[in-house]
Amino acid sequence: MYKIKFIALKELRHIMRDPRSLVIAILMPILMTLLYGYAINLDIKNIKLAVIDFDKTSASSDLIGRFYNSEYFSKATDQVYIDDPEMILKKGQANAVLIIGPGLGEAIQKLKNIQNPANLMIDKYELGLTVDGADANMAAAAGSYSSIIVTQVIKDNLPPGFELPGIRISRQVFYNPDLKSSHFFVPGLIAVILMMISALLTSVTIAREKETGTMEQLLTTPITPRQIIIAKMLPYIGLAILDGIIVLGFGVFHFGVPFIGSTLLLFVFGVIYVITALAIGILISTMVKTQLLAMMGAMIVTVLPAVMLSGFIFEIKNMPMILQIITHIVPARYFILIIRGIMLKGSSIELLWVEGLFLILLTIVLLAVATRRFKLGVD
Amino acid sequence: MPDAVTIEKLTKKFGDFTAVDQISLTVGEGEVFGFLGANGAGKTTAIRMLCGLLLPTSGNGTVGGFDIYRDNEKIKKSIGYMSQKFSLYGDLTAYENLWFYGSVYQLKKKVIKDRINQLSEELGLKEFLHRQAEKLPLGWRQRLALAASVLHRPKILFLDEPTGGVDPIFRRRFWEMLYELADKGTTLFVTTHYMDEAEYCHRISIMHHGRIIELGNPSDLIQKYQQPNLEELFVQLISNRSREAADV
Amino acid sequence: MNLVKINNLDKSYGQLKAVSDFCLSADQGELLAVAGPDGAGKTTIFRTVCGLLEYNNGTINLAGFDIDKEFDKIKPLLGYMPQNFSLYPDLSVEENLYFYAGLFGMKKNEYEQKKERLYQFSGLGPFAKRRAGKLSGGMKQKLALSCNLIHDPKILILDEPTTGVDPVSRRQFWDILKKLKQDGSTIIVSTPYMDEVALADRAIFVHNGQKLIEGKPDELLSHFNSAIYKIKAVPSSEVMTRLNQIEGVISRRFGSSIHLYTDPQQKIEVHYNRLSQLGISSESIAPIKPELEDLFIQLMEKSDA
Repeated sequence: MYKIKFIALKELRHIMRDPRSLVIAILMPILMTLLYGYAINLDIKNIKLAVIDFDKTSASSDLIGRFYNSEYFSKATDQVYIDDPEMILKKGQANAVLIIGPGLGEAIQKLKNIQNPANLMIDKYELGLTVDGADANMAAAAGSYSSIIVTQVIKDNLPPGFELPGIRISRQVFYNPDLKSSHFFVPGLIAVILMMISALLTSVTIAREKETGTMEQLLTTPITPRQIIIAKMLPYIGLAILDGIIVLGFGVFHFGVPFIGSTLLLFVFGVIYVITALAIGILISTMVKTQLLAMMGAMIVTVLPAVMLSGFIFEIKNMPMILQIITHIVPARYFILIIRGIMLKGSSIELLWVEGLFLILLTIVLLAVATRRFKLGVD
Repeated sequence: MPDAVTIEKLTKKFGDFTAVDQISLTVGEGEVFGFLGANGAGKTTAIRMLCGLLLPTSGNGTVGGFDIYRDNEKIKKSIGYMSQKFSLYGDLTAYENLWFYGSVYQLKKKVIKDRINQLSEELGLKEFLHRQAEKLPLGWRQRLALAASVLHRPKILFLDEPTGGVDPIFRRRFWEMLYELADKGTTLFVTTHYMDEAEYCHRISIMHHGRIIELGNPSDLIQKYQQPNLEELFVQLISNRSREAADV
Repeated sequence: MNLVKINNLDKSYGQLKAVSDFCLSADQGELLAVAGPDGAGKTTIFRTVCGLLEYNNGTINLAGFDIDKEFDKIKPLLGYMPQNFSLYPDLSVEENLYFYAGLFGMKKNEYEQKKERLYQFSGLGPFAKRRAGKLSGGMKQKLALSCNLIHDPKILILDEPTTGVDPVSRRQFWDILKKLKQDGSTIIVSTPYMDEVALADRAIFVHNGQKLIEGKPDELLSHFNSAIYKIKAVPSSEVMTRLNQIEGVISRRFGSSIHLYTDPQQKIEVHYNRLSQLGISSESIAPIKPELEDLFIQLMEKSDA
């Protein structure tokens, strides 16, 4: 224990003595949070909409008003090529063009005059919507938002007591009622950052000792590889937790991400997850000889899977089978489920123990392999 | 004999610290000059200034007739530099390393080819040409570094601890090669911690705390201080100085 | 008592035999020098002895303990200084020392005493607060040694500790080694400097992973079988070429003079005639005593041939 404390203290000194990497370790998470929080915003608002109105009745101006008053659409340039919606999209004057053919006023009038629900015969009237499909998310959103608006128009114009026939969905969103992407991102981001920082820093610090030759020296002193590994981990667990708190703070106070569940539970799982990441870092360092390789190795082995294969951005169940299988060895996959569960749903240990168990198992295996390789890795 | 290197009161300060303190010397063409001193005496700093890698704080100097302030690009073209840390690309083969340095000096392809052939013959590198530089034994790496630094036939060659850590056989052969270069008119400016090597030099200077404290022909100096060899002389000179400094 | 005993050590890297059938023993208080060209296997031997490399065959016994079975008991008795002395450049002199003290489980007051002693002989005291990375080569080397002495090792293994260090620092370093030896430490040191080999109690020349010769430095010279003459003449390329055409004579340029190596059975006088044709008079020829470096070169060249 005494010796472990010594190495850990020395490691802490290294960290404090190197202000540049300390700054990176603390600034990078903040920068990443801001970038993900603002730049990669999946909420679609303010779709630029141009309107070509051939109807020119009070009904059509009411419809246009509803589009522009919704937070989803905003007004495109006034000057539009009346006869060519494609040109409007091509020129980038708008993301979508709404074409109101003649006859909307009449159709609405007919709606208002319906007497008997039994003979609800509405003349077919079609609105045209031309959408720029280059941004697929936006195109899909434009379509669904417009149908919501049109449905509302129909509803409002039916005489009182009349209802639209057919099956309806009553939509209610739990946990992230505003469907804000930051709520979704921030917990995932914590998982990515913890993984990256922990693996990167440990692999580099061990690779550095290999590069300078101090590792050889250490191994000839009465200290075991296991002691070295534990001692090397301790300060970085601290640093990683600090990073986690910073990102969490940003998420909760700046982006307004809710935190419903137990802080203690998140802390416990957080520490386990950080140890997993550190074990990966150590494993990488046993395979490389230079700091540069350690750094690149850590980036590839941790960041890529943590971003792409963890459910952070892309849904795991939409992936090809082979990738789905691979996700099972990505620690971030489990931690993202855990942290989203705790923060957004307030899940308790009863619901998360499976993920937790997987994480612990993964950690044990990684540590065992790392320790073994560590002994042999000095050649 | 025209002068290959002349420096006058050359000084380099880093903040408060004076690394090189008003050193003056001249080196003649074709001379083998040993630039000696303890670790941290300022040798490397001085050499870097002469090679145009570092601007002096004050003083004057010319290398190959070019001014060290104004003409450092011309200086770089006319000198060769072999540093204590071998400036080779470990993942390239010996041949590729030489080819690279040849093309840096914009030599014609045919010229590079001929000179690689000739140099590898002279330095006994032939069988190692297609091995990766980092996989070569130290002694061969060092010969390769020498080959790379003379590929463009520099008039003046600076060697900063070229034989550090190299075994005696290689050191002797290396010096034989250096002498052949000198015979052909190349001026050699060498730093070394091996005093037996220093005895091979035509003239030496001994540097201590940024100053040149002695300059002359090795055997003359040995006689002047009545020491058995250069090593004793060096140790005597430096230890005395250090003791004086400690007394102050 | 043999504090270090290596028997029939074999070590291969795949097909390459790095060390074969190597034996070495060192007594308590003995200073043993290991010399050999680059790639001779010195570092491999040292690393194997320090438990950093697996080996194929042989036995290694340190202070009575077998390295395979009881390495944990050896560790506290062993000090190993790798080739590029390894220090933490961002830690101060004192912090480096304190760190190693901690590794050996040393208590604070014990460390304080030990530290003072180490400062005394290394002269590092005034630099205690300086970062190791800012020390000069000679001081770095003394600090690396000090870190290895903090636990009073019985056996010290030093891999080319003086490479790249100036003559003054080298001398001070060897003074320290002599003192340690007098205090009873067993020291095994490799070096490319033949003048340092001469300072050891015993020397081993290694080549291609094998022991060539072993013995006391001054006795080793009996293995040298040439006579050397120093010629005061300008060693121009022409003179050198023509000298080497003389049968039974090898000539080497040696600074501003020439060294002539001849068969010891043969008198130099038989060559006078040829030499005078080159303008070398008999007065300018004088016999000189061979040195270890001459022996080293002769041995290596012979075994390469």
